[in-house]
Amino acid sequence: MLKTLKNISLTALMVSAIVVGGTAAAQASEASAYVLKKHDWPHAGPFGQFDKAALQRGLQVYKEVCSACHSLNMVAFRELGDLGYSKAEVKSFASDYEFPDGVDENGEDKFRKGLAQDYFPSPFASEADARDANNGALPPDFSLLGKSREHLSLFTPWNSVYSEDYIVGILTTFHEEAPHGVTLADGMHFNETFPGNQIAMAPPLSDEMVEFADGTVATKEQMAQDVATFIYWAAEPKMEARKRMGFKVIIFMTLLTIMLYFVNKSVWKKVKKGNDLV
Amino acid sequence: MESHKYEPTNRAVKWFEDQLPILGLIHGTLGAGYKAPRNLNYWWNFGSLAGFMLVVQIITGIVLVMHYTPHVDMAFRSVEHIMRDVNYGWLIRYVHSNGASMFFVVVYIHILRGMYFGSYKSPREVLWFLGLVIYLLMMATGFMGYVLPWGQMSFWGATVITNLFGAFNFYDGMGDGILHLLWGGYSIDNPTLQRFFSLHYLLPFVIVGVVILHIWALHLPGSNNPLGIDAKGPGDKIPFHPYYTAKDAFGLSFFIVIFAIFVFYLPNIMGHPDNYMEANRLVTPSHIVPEWYYLPFYTILKAVPDKLFGVITMFSSILIFFLLPWLDGSKVRSAKFRPTTAFFFWLFLLNAIFLGYLGTKLPSAIIIHAGGGIDALTLGRISSVFYFSYFIVIVPLVSRMETTKPVPISIAQSVLDSRKGE
Repeated sequence: MLKTLKNISLTALMVSAIVVGGTAAAQASEASAYVLKKHDWPHAGPFGQFDKAALQRGLQVYKEVCSACHSLNMVAFRELGDLGYSKAEVKSFASDYEFPDGVDENGEDKFRKGLAQDYFPSPFASEADARDANNGALPPDFSLLGKSREHLSLFTPWNSVYSEDYIVGILTTFHEEAPHGVTLADGMHFNETFPGNQIAMAPPLSDEMVEFADGTVATKEQMAQDVATFIYWAAEPKMEARKRMGFKVIIFMTLLTIMLYFVNKSVWKKVKKGNDLV
Repeated sequence: MESHKYEPTNRAVKWFEDQLPILGLIHGTLGAGYKAPRNLNYWWNFGSLAGFMLVVQIITGIVLVMHYTPHVDMAFRSVEHIMRDVNYGWLIRYVHSNGASMFFVVVYIHILRGMYFGSYKSPREVLWFLGLVIYLLMMATGFMGYVLPWGQMSFWGATVITNLFGAFNFYDGMGDGILHLLWGGYSIDNPTLQRFFSLHYLLPFVIVGVVILHIWALHLPGSNNPLGIDAKGPGDKIPFHPYYTAKDAFGLSFFIVIFAIFVFYLPNIMGHPDNYMEANRLVTPSHIVPEWYYLPFYTILKAVPDKLFGVITMFSSILIFFLLPWLDGSKVRSAKFRPTTAFFFWLFLLNAIFLGYLGTKLPSAIIIHAGGGIDALTLGRISSVFYFSYFIVIVPLVSRMETTKPVPISIAQSVLDSRKGE
């Protein structure tokens, strides 16, 4: 009876394996309507480091375009040193911004120039103001966008969506007019990447919108990739230190593991295979 | 159980040991004084690995608390402060968040090892119970820890899980009463975060206490072993130190390599991206999912249409492990000599992994496209039925009917037999 039970479950297991496998294959061959384009990011992979020139261009795009609506609350000017700027350059960058500084003797608002320890100021005084200026939508803060839009998969890594690809997708897949049969809500724009395809943000980038300090031609694609790199850096500013330390830790622990393997082997020599019993 | 006594030769050490025999206790627990079966395989490493992970979680947790602020307005920002401004804060936090996952991986393997080799059977039932109590405490601790960063999944996960307890509405107002007690108010808010923080700090030390009881209960009968037979003669056992300290050290070192790959190269793969968005009670995530280690139970919960019955079923799916020593009526412990039991054990494991996979899917998601499409809810129900029938039908029947393979008379004899075979 046990044997029958075992055979039945074994057959069931095989049938379900075939069905699930066939399903996966069918899904893979099914042509999906829209696939997010994947890019080769220099900062991806175990040894990937940030492209500093791209980060600097991305900062420029953020400052000149995105920061009109999007805040970057958790990033301080002092951190821009990571992008390859000197201390003096960081200070001068910060001093372009103005911060409220209490009131003077007449009760008038005072302002001071930004310092390296200040954080990027928000473009709007409150969430209500931001929604009021953006057709009811709230432009998301950029500080963690690089991590909150990525969907990683351990067992099916090819299904992972990286936030940099997603951000480039959002910035480059606007349609001037909604496809036939799609009715956009008032003030909304059609975007292939955005979930539901209706996004409140108007297409933010156009060719030659900024003039890059390093002379790179500012195509829409170029700006999108640079700002995506910058946004990822803002979300994970310690990535380079993390990967560097990880390399050392793994080399050290691997060598230690090999040594401990031989230690263990020599300790067990006496009792392995019952040498002590005969 | 004979063990050689700890007799210090140094006079100062002897003076101390006479007044507080703690060195002898350590010697008898983790040193040469503890005699373990000589045939333990690498699956027996996972007990000490679990102990290591508990220590890692406590140490990193204590450091994180030095910089974390348990307040709804500041918690999210303070975690990012740790990630950006605190020296090596990113390292400590990634070790702690990935450490929770690693702790569960290790403990799941430890539990499965106990199931396969029959470690729950007499005379180790209380040892098994204490292990399950540790696991339940870990579930509670892990859940409350996930709430602390106050991200979207923290908040909505807390909403789903706490609301489960509202199902216990046996008299009018009881469900609400439980919820108000859990929340510290009429909704999830600052009092909830603060009590979860307090308990998240307390429970690991309760776990330490139960771990001590777990080790105590282990040392009376001694460790089980892959053959599942009692270690009797002196030839069956070897001192824990140096044999198992060396073996565990090697296993630990290898484990740290794996752990480091996650911490340094895949630090966010176990987490949910929505938790990098601050909690917002006005925006519900499109799909609320718990941490991976709860997923099989989440599927079982979703499989039952009635809320109260679903919650009871979900808790039963864990509590049923307490009955395992009696559901299994076999005289032989190890599945090595019980081929049918072994087969169903692996089937149970596959099914549990499948339940976990279904936990990540919306109930309406089509999993199998054949025959008009079978959705996750239907498959979850089939898998849940198999999960329970494993305990209620398969184990009791198979363990009592199966013809087991011959069991060696002693551990030493099996070692000598394998010598002859070569």
